[in-house]
Amino acid sequence: MTAFRQLVHRDLTIAWKEGGTIGVTLGFYLIVVAMLPLSLGPDLNLLSRIAAGVLWVALLLAALLSLGRMFETDLEDGSLDVLATGPLAMEGVVAAKGLAHWLATGVPLAVLAPVLGLLLNLPVETYGPLVATMLAGTPAISFLGAIGAALTLRTRRGGLLLALLMLPLFVPTLIFGIAAVSASGTEPGAFTSPFLILAAISLAAVALAPFAAAAALRFQLR
Amino acid sequence: MQTLTQRLANPTRFMALSATLLPWLSVIAGLLIAVGLYMAFAAPPDYQQGHSAKIMYVHVPSAWLAMFGYLHVAGSSFGYLVFRHPLADVSAKTAAPIGALFTLLCLVTGSLWGKPMWGAFWAWDPRLTSVLILFFLYLGLIALRSSIEDESLAASLTAVLAVVGIVILPIIRFSVDWNSIHQQPSVSRLGSPAIHASLLAPLLVMAVGMSVLFIALHLKAMRNEVLRRRVKALRLAEVQAAGGLMQQPAE
Repeated sequence: MTAFRQLVHRDLTIAWKEGGTIGVTLGFYLIVVAMLPLSLGPDLNLLSRIAAGVLWVALLLAALLSLGRMFETDLEDGSLDVLATGPLAMEGVVAAKGLAHWLATGVPLAVLAPVLGLLLNLPVETYGPLVATMLAGTPAISFLGAIGAALTLRTRRGGLLLALLMLPLFVPTLIFGIAAVSASGTEPGAFTSPFLILAAISLAAVALAPFAAAAALRFQLR
Repeated sequence: MQTLTQRLANPTRFMALSATLLPWLSVIAGLLIAVGLYMAFAAPPDYQQGHSAKIMYVHVPSAWLAMFGYLHVAGSSFGYLVFRHPLADVSAKTAAPIGALFTLLCLVTGSLWGKPMWGAFWAWDPRLTSVLILFFLYLGLIALRSSIEDESLAASLTAVLAVVGIVILPIIRFSVDWNSIHQQPSVSRLGSPAIHASLLAPLLVMAVGMSVLFIALHLKAMRNEVLRRRVKALRLAEVQAAGGLMQQPAE
């Protein structure tokens, strides 16, 4: 367990340090969200209708940006080999790195969403559901993304390939996230069922994805 | 003592057997599809949709084969991951483009059908979207394999992705239940099918014909892949023999 905690701590430290991924990811998120009103025109009614969807798509793209680096830097400097021979099983390594990715990307992006919602005239009463769905859905993005990152570790044009592989797998998360947010305003019970499905997707991803990603990493290191 | 699968998995025996089967399968597929198409055109037009419903006879078998193809890719990949048998990888590799082709056929015929029926070529409906995702998944498998130079690494990694992607199949199957505008299943329902026998018979003939076509295409593609690997191995052996004699690689 100590090895697990230390690995999470190490990854978070790297993400926070200068040149880390958090700043770039949040900056990218801001830029994507800011570009959209510029291209659609400043119609506040239209923007408030599509705001939740725009924020979710921007979140996916921003998370995708950092996913490619999840194992790459460790492979380049050799620490992945050290981790592979260390006390923690490969599944544990993937879980730790997925958790660190979620803490360093998913959580900040979700927390920042209401601020960007201001730019898009997002209705105030959807702030809560939006942040809740994003917090519930982003673990799936980090952990499913770990599979993609492990698969594309040694490929040329890895980033583009990662997007092609991952976006289909992210679709259910996106659909139920948006469904929960848009149902939140209508009637009391409507929010619960898509939200629970979203949480179930995340839990399944957290439980199962480390095995697939670890299998891929073992092939990569062979 | 070998099991039947083990005996068939021998590449040499596979090549011999597939060489005998392939002409028969091709002829059967051609005949069944020809008969099926004739029966489809001779069948009475749908009381609501008229003659445009006949696109069903291509659309529905393609949709079945799109899903069957993925199941086949995932099954072969799983077999490769467990037994590390090269023929399983050959099967997974060659089934992916064929499955992608049938998925595309399903999407294209579906949108040609959708235009007169729903008034639009495309609707963002759960069934349509999930089949589109299946198509992307096939493309992802092909792209991942082609982007890795080391063939055995590419085979293993693609197999992992194929097994992960199997979650899409139940989503497609049950997507019509989530307030979809796509019609409910009418052939595989429990009890009697909700489709009249005069319309069902050509559909079944077409389904069998196109499945045999899938198998024939797949066998042919597998044969090509086995031959390609043999040529590659021979070339490698040649280069190694030449290098061993001269101590230095030739220009």
